[in-house]
Amino acid sequence: MRRGASFRSVALAVAWRVLHNVFTTPSLLLPSLIFPLFFFTAFAGGLSRVDNIPGFDFPPGYTTFQFVFVLLQSAAFGGVFTGFGVARDFESGFARRLLLAAPQRGGLIAGYALAAVSRWAVTATILTVVAVAAHMKVGGDGVDLFGLYGLALIVSLAGTLWATGVAMRLRTMQAGPIMQMPVFLTLFFAPVYVPLDLLSGWLHAVAKVNPVTRLLEAGRSLIAGNPSEVGLAYGVAFALVAGFALWALRGLGSAERAGG
Amino acid sequence: MTALAAQVGHIARRSLVRTLRQPASAIPPFIFPMALLAVTAAGLDSATRLPGFPSDSFLAFFLAFPFIQGALFATMNAGTDLARDIQTGFLNRLSLTPMRGAALVTGHLAGVVTMGAVQACFYLAVGLAAGVSIASGVLGALTILGLATLIALAFGALGTFFALRTGSGESVQGLFPLLFVGLFLSSMNLPRNLIEADWFRFTATINPISYLIEGVRSLIIEGWDAQALALGFGMAGMIAVLSLTASAWALRGRLTRT
Repeated sequence: MRRGASFRSVALAVAWRVLHNVFTTPSLLLPSLIFPLFFFTAFAGGLSRVDNIPGFDFPPGYTTFQFVFVLLQSAAFGGVFTGFGVARDFESGFARRLLLAAPQRGGLIAGYALAAVSRWAVTATILTVVAVAAHMKVGGDGVDLFGLYGLALIVSLAGTLWATGVAMRLRTMQAGPIMQMPVFLTLFFAPVYVPLDLLSGWLHAVAKVNPVTRLLEAGRSLIAGNPSEVGLAYGVAFALVAGFALWALRGLGSAERAGG
Repeated sequence: MTALAAQVGHIARRSLVRTLRQPASAIPPFIFPMALLAVTAAGLDSATRLPGFPSDSFLAFFLAFPFIQGALFATMNAGTDLARDIQTGFLNRLSLTPMRGAALVTGHLAGVVTMGAVQACFYLAVGLAAGVSIASGVLGALTILGLATLIALAFGALGTFFALRTGSGESVQGLFPLLFVGLFLSSMNLPRNLIEADWFRFTATINPISYLIEGVRSLIIEGWDAQALALGFGMAGMIAVLSLTASAWALRGRLTRT
């Protein structure tokens, strides 16, 4: 088999297996669907008065403001949930057999990543339907929305590569908090509840240099129909993917050296 | 009586030592609530500019949250540990000894409540170190610790009931998202009168967790508010009594089955 074809067949087989597992096991599927909806409900519903704070200027409203955060959060956490599956595969010994059987082991990472973005597409669809039903106002046109969802998809890819790298190094489910906490903190060290200008103190200083801030602000500008610094946000997202791809590949090398 | 006290003491010690020996159980109740307190207090600080907001410090307003989240961890730890005892057969072996059922539940909960009290002291110390002043003074701080301990007992008993009823650690863990949702659908982020969405305000009003949070919060930012305290202690007491009664009933069934 040619090199490209074997890479593709490994990736598709792994992706199919992960998706089959996830969509036939409610305990794996439901958390990734329910948690974004829950955060959206709690933030957009419970904090809607926040858009009355003097200086809060986001014309589409607070529901839309929070939707972008929850969309990006669901993308990143979709990747983390996939990382849990990678760790489970190593713990159960299945990954060891995968490493033995795969002619192109890079295809394993590609397969996990493909499964993660496919899985996130379902979550994003449900989240969008719920947000529209909750009267979310959208100012952007089709191109803007394409830009927003494209950005989120790249974030999902970055989240998957990060979590896969951790899972392949530690090869245990106990690595869950190590996959989860940095993503959680990086997301919340950004302007989650109010725009950057309304943050003060240490969080403002941290959020200013946090790359997630660029993603959030560009996403919010896209959905408002007033695109701003979108190129920079895509640059940040692609840089994260490149960095974490290297991280995941080196993790794969670590797993190979350890014999799975 | 002495024998019962000795039995309670042994089980309480075991419960406490077991939690402390498992970093995965002992550390999160200290770290996660503090991480959420830090990011939310900083992120929503500008909400204090909303007309009618009851405090000029969101950190002080939000400090009640860790006490309740810490109690949720008590639920999980209490339930998961007891479920493990059931799954590994430890409870079966205990039932062959003179150990009384009441001593088992009381001792188990004594360990949970001790952990809850230590957590509450930690949250209060962090709040004070971060510059929060307790409007109700030293006596109010002690009352906060008392209420937090009662809340830990209430949620710990709830976890105990689920463990005894299901005998499965996974089922107890499955309770966590439900309680977490209950926590977020409360008045934790804004006072109920400032919640704009009618359905959310209604949900927060019928949610008992709102009254637990408001009881602790009133002592921190308002001083002595008899109504908030009565509701806070009343709700916590009611959850504790119901959960303990249910636990006693479930224990009888569990010991009969074993």
